[in-house]
Amino acid sequence: MSKIERQGLTRRALLARSVAAGALVVAGAGFIAAPNAAWAVEVRVISEHQMATLVQMARDIYPHDRIADQFYAIAVKGYDAEERKALVEEGVAALDAAAQAAGHADYVSMGWEEDRVKILQAMEDSGFFQTVRGGLVTGLYNQKEVWPIFGYEGESFSQGGYIERGFDDINWL
Amino acid sequence: MVAKFDLTDDSVVVVIGTGAGGGVLSNELAQKGVKVVALEAGGRYLPEDYINDEWESFGQLAWTDPRTTSGDWRVARDFSGLPAWIVKAVGGTTTHWAGASIRFQEHEWKALSTYGAVEGANLLDWPIDAAEMAPWYEKAEAKLGVTRTGDRAGLPGNNNFKVFEKGAKALGYTEVHTGRMAINSADYDDRMACQQTGFCFQGCKWGAKWSAAYTDIPRGEATGNLEVRDHAHVARILHDESGKVTGVEYFDKDGNLQMQKARIVCVAGNSFESPRLLLNSASEMFPNGLANSSDQVGRNYMRHTTGSVYAVFEKPVRMWRGTTMAGIVQDEAHHDPSRGFVGGYELETLSLGIPFMAAFLNPGGWGRSFTTALDSYENMAGMWIVGEDMPQATNRVTLSDVKDQWGLPVANVHFSDHPNDVAMRNHAYKQGMAIYEAVGATRTFPTPPYPSTHNLGTNRMSEKPEDGVCNKWGQTHDIANLFISDGSQFTTGAAENPTLTIVALAIRQADFIAREMAVGSI
Ligand SMILES: Cc1cc2nc3c(=O)[nH]c(=O)nc-3n(C[C@H](O)[C@H](O)[C@H](O)COP(=O)(O)OP(=O)(O)OC[C@H]3O[C@@H](n4cnc5c(N)ncnc54)[C@H](O)[C@@H]3O)c2cc1C
Ligand code: SF4
Repeated sequence: MSKIERQGLTRRALLARSVAAGALVVAGAGFIAAPNAAWAVEVRVISEHQMATLVQMARDIYPHDRIADQFYAIAVKGYDAEERKALVEEGVAALDAAAQAAGHADYVSMGWEEDRVKILQAMEDSGFFQTVRGGLVTGLYNQKEVWPIFGYEGESFSQGGYIERGFDDINWL
Repeated sequence: MVAKFDLTDDSVVVVIGTGAGGGVLSNELAQKGVKVVALEAGGRYLPEDYINDEWESFGQLAWTDPRTTSGDWRVARDFSGLPAWIVKAVGGTTTHWAGASIRFQEHEWKALSTYGAVEGANLLDWPIDAAEMAPWYEKAEAKLGVTRTGDRAGLPGNNNFKVFEKGAKALGYTEVHTGRMAINSADYDDRMACQQTGFCFQGCKWGAKWSAAYTDIPRGEATGNLEVRDHAHVARILHDESGKVTGVEYFDKDGNLQMQKARIVCVAGNSFESPRLLLNSASEMFPNGLANSSDQVGRNYMRHTTGSVYAVFEKPVRMWRGTTMAGIVQDEAHHDPSRGFVGGYELETLSLGIPFMAAFLNPGGWGRSFTTALDSYENMAGMWIVGEDMPQATNRVTLSDVKDQWGLPVANVHFSDHPNDVAMRNHAYKQGMAIYEAVGATRTFPTPPYPSTHNLGTNRMSEKPEDGVCNKWGQTHDIANLFISDGSQFTTGAAENPTLTIVALAIRQADFIAREMAVGSI
């Protein structure tokens, strides 16, 4: 999905692309996930533009090229809430203002990650940035569905541990 | 038959906390026929309850009541409300621990004499020595089933160990092996052998790793002399006009304040909660807190000089498979001031899963420098540094303005590195990175210390009453029937993981208490 498409999200469009990944489960509060249809992110309190900006910002903070948008969306989904609305409004406005000052329409339509990262670096100490970054540490990396992308195998007790499944199988030393 | 003692029974020994110190002490006393009421703030969890998931397990077992921090350690910035990663549960932090079980080296009992005075450090010799401790260590090793002691074989090396071993040997290190671990390499003491599941920090679901939760606690209960009350948070220790302690007040399961009488009280709440409890027990007679005439309660907080080194290789390592910490290099553990610091350090294998790695690799870090490290997680190996840190009077636990759910002032933990700690850590980072570079690491990460897992020294043992809080038996200098029974009694920290020593001291203390009770001196 290009930056422009993210900008113009419809309610059901955002997560559509990653369905191919297969058997994903409902993983975030307020998420409606239909296994064989498109994924949707439902935005109730904040705007679609704000949600799209948060998703882009999340990816720019913790960029993993092999992790699909939907996992970033799950990680920031919690900002679509009345008590966080003000924080998001202010934060996204600041991102867009910085983007405009650099000659772009808004944050999500900036083409290069490094240009967006410069904007994030300038606001690194803000409450908005620190809240979003801090939340991602568990919001993104504690999703069991992303673990296989890193090769991490998770729970192992039910499979009898690794005693017969390669705890010492290193072969290149 | 599990005992049930009356709140007014003033013949019992009350033990506060059921971890490495308190759990073992309770059982050892019960085995000798002494009646014990053990009060534990946390709940009961057994292997079937443990969870192979880092954050979920943390939520189940960790102490998350509020604490505050100050000082220039990075933990105060990155984890300001979580100075330590320790457990609130029956069995204490022995549910989380990795099992590394090594004795102090002989000279480490005499840090001041061996190192000489170090500026800014409050060094002291322990009032006990290696010869005195040798038989107690032997009992502790047998209790824990420590590998490579007695006739117990070592554990097999996992992938993380093999990388570590090859690099260490390439550097010329010779004391390299899979560690002395309280993890069964073969069935032992009704516990099965390690299945290499790799979640040692989350509670061993096989029971292969020793934990007081499923060994000492139930065995003590089986004697009929031990009653463990869980969800019992001790608020205050009480005393009479003669200055002897008479019992404790605690909040029970339902939040009601109860009073349990006692003949003797033993404090074993780990090194933040133990001094906090003594300070919160201040009275007209003891305005600075119990057992604090020396003003040493809460001071000399030590956490070991730690840090980690992770490294990425061209090919997969899969370090998470198998025992979390079964691997050690001991060549740097000796005292050799030519390295630019006193004391020594151990290097031990360590692995974290993706969730914890994201939180701890470089707290606060972001962007591609951070994420490309995680992208190579499968090809990563890891080790932990554990070295002797300097006791400093200003590194201390005090009472904070913040209150907990019981309305009690919480512990503020103040810590700043001593220059010796910094020099040691930097040396260890260099050696750790060299180990991995020797086997082809393409990138290395000198990773900052995590919230403290080893917490020591805040009620230290001393020969002279003015230098510390308790004597060589853990008996407080000021109050004969009040004992310190956990890691807070450490005079100095030594380079070794502390639990074997905590357990050895608890076994020894039980022997002392039972003996003194029998002759009626306490
Ligand atoms: C992840 C991890 C790995 C570790 N690995 C190792 C290792 O490999 N080797 C090693 O030697 N050590 C290791 N340790 C350290 C080891 O677990 C501790 O040193 C040891 O458990 C400390 O024993 P303790 O008796 O002082 O306290 P704990 O075992 O922490 O027990 C204290 C207990 O007291 C209870 N308590 C506190 N306050 C109160 C109160 N007011 N009322 C009632 N109860 C209270 C707590 O809930 C807790 O259960 C590790 C620790 C962690 C966290
Ligand atoms: S690796 Fe061994 S000791 Fe660790 S949790 Fe698994 S079975 Fe227990």
